[in-house]
Formats: sequence, structure tokens, C-alpha cells
Amino acid sequence: MTKNKKTHEEELFVSGHRACHGCGMALSVRHILKATGPDVIVVTPTGCLETFTSPYGYSPWQVPWIHHLFENGPSIATGVAAALRAQKRESTRVVGIGGDGSTFDIGFGALSGMLERGDDVLYICVDNGAYMNTGGQRSGATPLYAATTTQPAGKASFGKMEKKKNIPVIVAAHGVPYVATASVAYVKDLQKKVKKAMEFRGPRYIHVDTPCPSVWGFPSDQTLEVGRLGVQSGLIPLFEMEEGKVTHVRKIKKKGLIAD
Amino acid sequence: MEISIGAVVKGGTSLAYKTGSWRDQRPVLDVEKCKECGTCESVCPDSSVHVVDEIYVIDYDYCKGCGLCAYECPADAILMVREEK
Amino acid sequence: MSVVKVLEGSEAVALAVKACRPHVISAYPISPQTHIVEGLARFVADGELDAEYVRVDSEFSAASVISGASAAGSRAYTASSSQGLLLMSEVLYASCGMRLPFVMTGVNRTVSAPISIQVDHQDTMSLRDCGMIQLFVESSQEAYDTHIAAFKIAEDPRIILPVMVCMDGWVLTHSYERVTLSEQEDVDRFLPSFRPVDFLDVKNPKTWGSIGEEDMVMELRYSVQQALQYAKGRIKEIFKEWAEISGRDYGGLIESYRTGDATMILVAMGSMAGTIKEAVDALRAEGEKVGLVKIRSYRPFPYEEIWEAVKGAEILAVVDANLSLGSEGAVGMDLKAKLYGHPDAPRVVDVIAGLGGRDVNESRIREIVGRVKEAMNSGYSLREPYWAGLNEAIVPTGGVK
Repeated sequence: MTKNKKTHEEELFVSGHRACHGCGMALSVRHILKATGPDVIVVTPTGCLETFTSPYGYSPWQVPWIHHLFENGPSIATGVAAALRAQKRESTRVVGIGGDGSTFDIGFGALSGMLERGDDVLYICVDNGAYMNTGGQRSGATPLYAATTTQPAGKASFGKMEKKKNIPVIVAAHGVPYVATASVAYVKDLQKKVKKAMEFRGPRYIHVDTPCPSVWGFPSDQTLEVGRLGVQSGLIPLFEMEEGKVTHVRKIKKKGLIAD
Repeated sequence: MEISIGAVVKGGTSLAYKTGSWRDQRPVLDVEKCKECGTCESVCPDSSVHVVDEIYVIDYDYCKGCGLCAYECPADAILMVREEK
Repeated sequence: MSVVKVLEGSEAVALAVKACRPHVISAYPISPQTHIVEGLARFVADGELDAEYVRVDSEFSAASVISGASAAGSRAYTASSSQGLLLMSEVLYASCGMRLPFVMTGVNRTVSAPISIQVDHQDTMSLRDCGMIQLFVESSQEAYDTHIAAFKIAEDPRIILPVMVCMDGWVLTHSYERVTLSEQEDVDRFLPSFRPVDFLDVKNPKTWGSIGEEDMVMELRYSVQQALQYAKGRIKEIFKEWAEISGRDYGGLIESYRTGDATMILVAMGSMAGTIKEAVDALRAEGEKVGLVKIRSYRPFPYEEIWEAVKGAEILAVVDANLSLGSEGAVGMDLKAKLYGHPDAPRVVDVIAGLGGRDVNESRIREIVGRVKEAMNSGYSLREPYWAGLNEAIVPTGGVK
């Protein structure tokens, strides 16, 4: 193994950010940037990731990073990519990393536009299943039957009665070169998928399940366990698609898991 | 405090904020049990595990005490211990 | 050798933008700006303009794409109107705060509801607070020259703010005028390539869009205000510089027309200034001592220049093709606020005219002058704005009949 690894010197996402204990999103971003390397510009819409990485004067991003608004992560990314092309900065790539609130709901139109235009952007949705930054309101990504603060389970209601919007399939329907789903519980797989995505040009999409201990209420050391349960129960299928064809699916080993 | 035009910030400046103060429990690594698999370093959301002269070391300046390293360690080499304040 | 062509106003703008060599253009259609972006599309399609042309999914994205491009260090441009401008408002506020210097054309058109594609200034007025520089033009020629100056103003290292060139929809964009086009080398000499102060650069990674704590937001806003104050002088200088190259001088932040001994001065922006100049000439010939102050830079608001031009008059008639419903016209409010306190300041009457495309022609101007003269002679200022040309008989009062 390596003799010395001073994390701060090698990490592109350093310590000192203000993510909650055990944040799945923070961990996934570390691995995303390990896979992309430093020659990237990252665009993040408003959300947990933006908030915990940008109190003024305290940025963990060792890559150029821009947060603009909530609903325009994909369009800002498009603009950056266009500028890089115009300036002939060919090796630098654009990576959008945004939460489910932005990707599924308010930024959905912008995402679709970017995909349709064929812009050279890798867009990664870090999905914790609700508007967690503001305390856990329902988003289009909230799973069926989950309770959130704007759709709680109560005496007269059951929580979310609508199915989760199937974003990876919607993205794939745009005909983009690469779509994958991943989980922070399987970081090697996540890195592999990011590296794979970087081999293509054009719009690429990776959906990462990133459980949130703070709002879903599980202990902070269980983030990866919850992630694994999600995958192994079939709730979070892990697959890859290239040019519209499914190329790989992670098989589920254990079936019929019963949650405590 | 100096503010730049448009509030642009240099990257990596979060290192000035020691999130270690957030802890109420700390991971303690038993080097004897450590198999040097790298799992703890890999699963830390706060990049707070370093390798110094081939030994894994927790960076208590930033470690928030989430316990993921302890939970995920395949050798059970990390114990979470209450912080004494 | 500069060339004179008979051009549609939109085409003149497209040619000006082309000459400025933008790296990135975003385009979303909305009447009456669409001809501008279509003109640029043709240049790109014919290989005459080497720009990344992005056909976006909404105006929100149009403004966002040029914001991202600007942050990454590229000169960028878009155009919109009316509903599209309103949709962009969030983006424009953010980009001003982040100091992203792009240029856009705000082709003036009224806003829904009711939906109408006709001209007034309500759309750009709704964006007057965000920090963008707003320059108004009277003619297609002025639009051509002002767009070229706009890029230089935006990119000035002590300004670094986006600039909106406001031009009347249909009246200017779709009418034909003789426009003198400058040589490319003159534009290149005047406007070298964009050298951003800061940009998204892997060699020097920085973070844009941080959270502003309560101990810094006021200071950040103040820094934008300072940039706009500085811009007043710099805008004048830049137009002077271009005037020396092109031979076309529009004055500076304002143009004073026959204000020297005027007892009544009209204040206006946009294409109606041209009509008012003709009306002023006609009225002068009849012995009326009237003049016009045409505001070119609306933001930053050039109250010092306006004061110098109007201080000798008895009364001002601000012709606002917009209003802040519940109060009065925006230019009237700005002017009254800044003149208040000068002991000999002229009285100000705010006039609402030209909403939703209602024509502001010479007879309307004569009507306005007449009404304001009544106010002048009676010695009072109108507390409520005067709605010129209002057809009171058809003002709705109840439900469907």
C-alpha cells in the first residue's frame, strides 16, 4: 500500500466542509472527483451539496466550481462547455453534480434541454430522496410511501402516494451516449461508472443513491448499510446503458429482505 | 475579512474550518488489528483518514465522528469512543 | 471604408454583435427579438461567425448559458423581450451579484396579462433593480453603435457587470433604416478580446456562488453600486472613444435637445425620443419653449447630467412607457427622487404614455405638452400621473357584459 497519503494534498474534495455526519452525498463527491481527476469544471445547483460546500471563504473544492441558481445547473454547465469549446480548452470537461430536488423538479426542463441538445456534460444526480437542505420536503425523487414534511403520514394520509419519477429512463429516452445508476454504498462501482462516462463525449448521466442520515433518521454510521439495503432489495437497481442499450445490470444476491 | 468582487473564493479554503469540533464520539484505530485494506480511508465523507509511513491515521482536526469507518472496517479495528469534553 | 445599408433594426443589431466576435450565443425565440437571433444563426450557418450557438429550452436557460459561458471566460450574448425577460430575472440578478459581464438586447415589449406583443418599457423596467447596466436607443443606428460599446462597458475591469441594450420592439427591430456599418478592424481595435479578471480555470481552481453571510451582503451590494457609479464616467468615455473611431456621437449618458432656454422639458427614452424631437421642432416653430432630455443610460441613473440639463426649466414632463402599478412611472419616480431637495428644481409631472403599443406620435406629444402647460400655469404638480391618450369610456369596471 501507499507509504504516505496526506489526504489534503491529493484530494480534490478536502476536509472542512459542512456536510452532516455520515453524509452519503459528500462521500460520493469525493469518489466522483477521484474518478474524473482535476481537469474538470464542476457545476452545482442549489441544494445540500452547494450549501455545505460554499459558506463564503470555506470551499472544499479543489477544482473550479460554480453554483448559480437552483433550476439551471444543466444550462450553466452547457454554457461552460460552450465556452471551453470556443476557447479550444479541449481537455477540460464539465461535470454537473446536483441533488434530486433540482434534477427531478425545478431543473428538469433545463436538464432535458441539455440532453436534447447533445451538450458535452456529465450530469450526476446525487439523490437523497427529498429537499433535504430545507428539512426534508417531498420531491419527485421521494420513494413511494415515504413520509416527508410536506407529505407526512397522518391520520388521514399515508405519505407519498406517487411513484418515484424514473429519471434514468427518461434521460435514456433522450438518446444520450451513457446512462448509469450507482450507489454510494458501492464506491468502486461508482468510480468505474464515472470513469466510463468520461470516455464519451456528449450528454451523460449518472444517478447516485446517497442516503441522508439526518432526515431519514438512521444513525450516521449506517449510510452505506442503508445504501446496500436499497440496492439488495431491488429498490435501487444498478445498471448501465450505452447508446440506449442496457449493457450491465448488478444482480441482486439476496432476495426477500424484510426491513426492520 | 476580505471579500472579493462577486464573492469568488479560492478552492480548498475549507481546511481553515476544523469540523473536528462537531464530534461527540471519536474513532480509535487499533493498529495491531488493522489489515491496511483502505476501507476506512475510502468511506470517510470528510477525507479524514490519512496514511503516514504506512500507518492509517485519523485526522481529528476534521473527523466528525460519524462512525462509518468503524462500521465498515472489515477487521473491526476501529472503535467509537465517547468524546470527553 | 464604412458601408451604408438599408437594414431592418434586428439585422443591424445582429451585425453589431457579429462584429464583436462573441464566443457563445444563446437563442430562444420571442417576438419581437427573434429576428436578431435568427440573423446571428444565419451568420453562423454560413461560417461568417465562429461562435458556439446554443438553441436553448427557455429564456431561463438562455440567460444561464451565457452566464456559465461568461464565468468560464467567454464573451457571450443573448436577446429577449417581455415574458422572456421576466423569466430571466432570477438569472440576471444572480449574474450581476456574481459579476458576469455579458451583453444582451432587451427588445422592449409589454408584459402579460393581457398578452400583447406590442411595445412599451414595462419589461426592462422590471429588471431595473438587479444591477445590470441599461442603455436605451432611439434608432437602429444607435442600436448598432450601442451594442458595440456595450461589450466594452460590460468587460471593463472596474465594471464587470452585464449590460442590457434596450430597444423598442417592432418600431426599431422591424423597421428599415439607413445604417452605417463600421469596418471590422475598427471594431477589433476598439474592442479587443475579452480578458476576464477571474474565470473558471483548472490551473487556479476557485469557487463561484458562495453563501453570503450577514456580515458581507451589504458590502457586496455596495461594491456593485460603486461599480455602477464608476460606470457613469466610463460609459461616457467609451462612447466618446467609439465616436472618435466611427464618427457617430450620441452625447453621453443623456442627450439634451433644445433644452437651453426651455421652460418645459420632456424627458423620455427609446424611439419616442425621435418623435419628440420632431414635435419639439414643430412646437418651437410655433413659439413654444420646449426641449427634450433623452436618457440613454437609464441604469446607472445619470441624475447629475439630467440636473444640469433641466435646472433652468419650470416644469418637466417625464414620458414613461411603463409604470409601477400602485405608484407611477419609473423614470418619473427616479427623477423626482433625485431632484427633490434642489431649491430651484423644476416641478415634475409624470406622464404615462404608449403602453401596449399605443402610438406616441406628434399629436399625442402636443396633447401632453398642453396638459403639462395647464399644470405649469396653475402652479401645482399633478399628484397622480397623467395618462396620455387614455380612453376613459372603455376602462373596465365590472364583469363580462
